[in-house]
Amino acid sequence: MSDTVLTPAAAEPQEKSRRWGAELSLRWRQHAGILGALALFIVLYLFYQLNHPRGFTGQILIQNANEVFALALVSMAQTVPVLMAGLDLSVGAVMTLVGCIASHLVDGSPAEIVLGIVACIAAGAACGFVNGCVVVYGRIQPIIATLATSAIYMGLALILRPTPGGKVHEDLSWAVTSDLREFAATFGLFDDGEAAWLQPFAWIPVPLVLLALIILLVWVPFTRSVTGRTVYAVGSSESAAYMSGLPINRAKLAAFTLAGLFAGLGGLFLALQTSSGNADIPQAGAYTLNSIAAVVIGGTSLLGGTGSAIGSMIGAMVLRTISFNFRIFDVAPLLQPLFEGLVLLAAVSLGGLKLLRLKNKLEVFR
Amino acid sequence: MSRTAETMTAPRSLRLGRDDKPVVFAAGFVLLILLVGTGYTLYTQGSAPLLQPQYLLQQLQVGSFLGIVAAGLMVVILLGHIDLSVPWTLTAAAMMATAVGGPWAIPAGIGVGLLVGIVNGLGVAYLRVPSMIFTLGMNAVMRGLMVAHTGGFAPQTAATDVMQYLAVARIGGVIPMALLVWLAVSVVIVAILTRTTLGRSIYAIGNRERAAYLSGIDTNRVILIAFALSGAAAGLAGVLLAGYSTKAYQGMGDAYLLPAIAAVVIGGTNILGGRGRYLGTLVGVILIVLLNSVLSIMQMPEAGRQIIYGCVIISMLLVYGRGDRVAA
Repeated sequence: MSDTVLTPAAAEPQEKSRRWGAELSLRWRQHAGILGALALFIVLYLFYQLNHPRGFTGQILIQNANEVFALALVSMAQTVPVLMAGLDLSVGAVMTLVGCIASHLVDGSPAEIVLGIVACIAAGAACGFVNGCVVVYGRIQPIIATLATSAIYMGLALILRPTPGGKVHEDLSWAVTSDLREFAATFGLFDDGEAAWLQPFAWIPVPLVLLALIILLVWVPFTRSVTGRTVYAVGSSESAAYMSGLPINRAKLAAFTLAGLFAGLGGLFLALQTSSGNADIPQAGAYTLNSIAAVVIGGTSLLGGTGSAIGSMIGAMVLRTISFNFRIFDVAPLLQPLFEGLVLLAAVSLGGLKLLRLKNKLEVFR
Repeated sequence: MSRTAETMTAPRSLRLGRDDKPVVFAAGFVLLILLVGTGYTLYTQGSAPLLQPQYLLQQLQVGSFLGIVAAGLMVVILLGHIDLSVPWTLTAAAMMATAVGGPWAIPAGIGVGLLVGIVNGLGVAYLRVPSMIFTLGMNAVMRGLMVAHTGGFAPQTAATDVMQYLAVARIGGVIPMALLVWLAVSVVIVAILTRTTLGRSIYAIGNRERAAYLSGIDTNRVILIAFALSGAAAGLAGVLLAGYSTKAYQGMGDAYLLPAIAAVVIGGTNILGGRGRYLGTLVGVILIVLLNSVLSIMQMPEAGRQIIYGCVIISMLLVYGRGDRVAA
């Protein structure tokens, strides 16, 4: 008897280690998507750098970071509604609209520039908030509501910029699209960027720093708030979230507003990067569609409930790195769209492999 | 409670079912568009072209391409899926039809559409990739194939006479042939949706796939067929559009995806699947086509068009397309 029945004290460590194992495997499953995307990105990017004719230089890194930034933010924007099992087809349009606003406002004296940037960020969030209101109070399906609002935002962008053009502050444009040293030098900070403590980090491109700041200051606090957790809960099961007394409407409004905010930041950067505003409908559509692809590659389920904006950011990097590789391998430009499509199809079809592991056929349907 | 009381007192003939409401409202909106447009032309030009049968028939002829795309797309949307590969399926079908030429032009075009649809169906049904992303990928692949095939230029090949006949000809100089093709497609779709087990299975899967599976429906096969139908419809539209403009060109399908989704949804089909009538889609297409033509009569700039377009979709859905409140 005494051999088979363990005292509570003796059972505890075993229990604990088992719980630890379960916790670890849960964590692993939760983040498998992101880690997979990260591994894919590292492999693709190393391959790109190793084969680059000029080798690894800071300039290439800066250029890559600039090309990634807007898509990364639009993909992060797309993530938030997708986590709620919705879809935001207006992210590209919001990005374009805010870019057009920026091409009017972000110039002049420092105070004007700051006000202009604030106005751009507010405009993006306002667009998202309108989406949220249509979805929450209008009770219209997100995909179709944002399809309609994206037409409206594109119309507004076309009113602001019937033809491409406009101007943004040149120094600011230069500062945010280069590395930290140049950033500091432009604004006369830290001995014009020559301060000794800055040197180890001076090569880091500003867009990457901005991405990290946005994630740390906006995304991480959001996911840890009640509202953020509710977004995940709504995506898992809306009625269960409702029964648990979670603030569903607030979460939906917040999710779309955050999406608008991220998309607006992307548009602001695009305007700074190109020094102009352009109400380009095909470009807005391409960003929206690529954002969905980036979200999926980044391990977020289109069915909602699991995933993260960080994954989508990595997904966007993967998409862009594929194009970088095409560039250095002299793939005929005519074949590039074909390869991009095939890579996307292959990446998402790998998800089909998980069907083989299902024990119950009914789990296929959700 | 009040709703049941209302329906009990209302005479049977006046009662509007849940699925009738969108059709009635959309039809009313079509009349409103005609009235506003006519008022505008009477005021500015002193004539009423919008009310002339000849003009309306011409608009419907142009609208029949959208109508055929929307018919196929509706079948997929009824499943709760979506087909985003329409633009380049349509373009690829048009390009292949003109490239093959001769008597095999039309079968080649529709065949391309069918093939894309089948691949979509395989990916969505058997690999269980979300349709949104798989059809998006297929769209990119078809675009890539066509860009590689044509070198990025408009292909030099021309549409065959039969294709042009189907798209442009008018029976007795009045009824456009394209309209008849649209009608034929409509009859086929209505027959499938209302008269066959396939149709009932589509609605069942749209409502709850798990339940449909447990009732013995081969849900994967039904999804495959639905996507094949959508692809074939896009292919047919591409063949006709190539006939209409006598050739195929890059990006010819880009203007058809979003209006087709809008038409289906305005017609009362639930974007989540399971509910909707073909008549609604028909009215939805007419609404979009007339709205476009009135806006071009008014010489509305692109910006204003986009805004009006968005506002119309939202306001129509606010009237009858609202979801249920969340409840346990």
